[in-house]
Amino acid sequence: MNIVKWQRPTLANWSGFGRLSDLRDEIDRLFDSPLSELTKTSDLLAGWTPALDVYEDKDNYTVKAELPGMKKEDIEVSLHEGVLSISGERKSETEKEDTEVFRAERFVGRFQRTVTLPASVAADKVKAAYKDGVLTITLPKTEEAKPKQIDVAVN
Amino acid sequence: MKALFKKDSAPPAPAPAETIRYVMPDVNVYENKEGYVIEADMPGVSKDGLEITLANNEITLIGHQTDAVVPGTALYRQRQGLGYRRVFELDPVVDPNRITARMHQGVLFLSLPKSEAVKPRKIVVSE
Repeated sequence: MNIVKWQRPTLANWSGFGRLSDLRDEIDRLFDSPLSELTKTSDLLAGWTPALDVYEDKDNYTVKAELPGMKKEDIEVSLHEGVLSISGERKSETEKEDTEVFRAERFVGRFQRTVTLPASVAADKVKAAYKDGVLTITLPKTEEAKPKQIDVAVN
Repeated sequence: MKALFKKDSAPPAPAPAETIRYVMPDVNVYENKEGYVIEADMPGVSKDGLEITLANNEITLIGHQTDAVVPGTALYRQRQGLGYRRVFELDPVVDPNRITARMHQGVLFLSLPKSEAVKPRKIVVSE
């Protein structure tokens, strides 16, 4: 199992700067925040790395990724030489005209995660479903990747 | 800081019958002329898994993940599989009777309109 490291987003596509430009406000916010808030991992350094789960049973690999608030057409799923790649872009839903922002924790921008599958899968049978902000990808194993029962004759 | 968010915290709720562990959803909070908007990321939560309660001028957002359990063994796990919980103190200008919520692809959109009485009004000056 091999999870490829996230790529650091460039400042150009990181939307936080415009919104938190007032340093004093930001410091005020820090002092107002309870401790649980401060221990949250900062998106400032990490970009957006959607949480992933990978499961295996005898027939399938199943990958689940948390991608809340996406449009189906903004999610790209590809499979190339046993590496599954999930990428896309989340856009902001809210008109920012005449609004004051108190909190902006939800990440906006591009993300990518890749998973190297441990065994071969039938690329033409891969299915993906997106529901309640969770992307579920089912990857059926090829026949040769499935565990086989071998009967041993005992004389 | 404005009054709405003097307190924004999610202390673990006193355990009910079975202990549910909660994490804080990421939120965006905006204010405009009409009122406040709260957006909360709750992936895996459907409309049915949502509980919003209003008490003592505090609004509590709770979301329970309802997505199907996957058969097999987990090779890699990052998703918390927990509930989401976050509490906000409301600005007194919010009209509690007009709060509306909708859920879209794991994101909760909460609209908290200000009561008509506090909205700025243009006074027409007569001759």
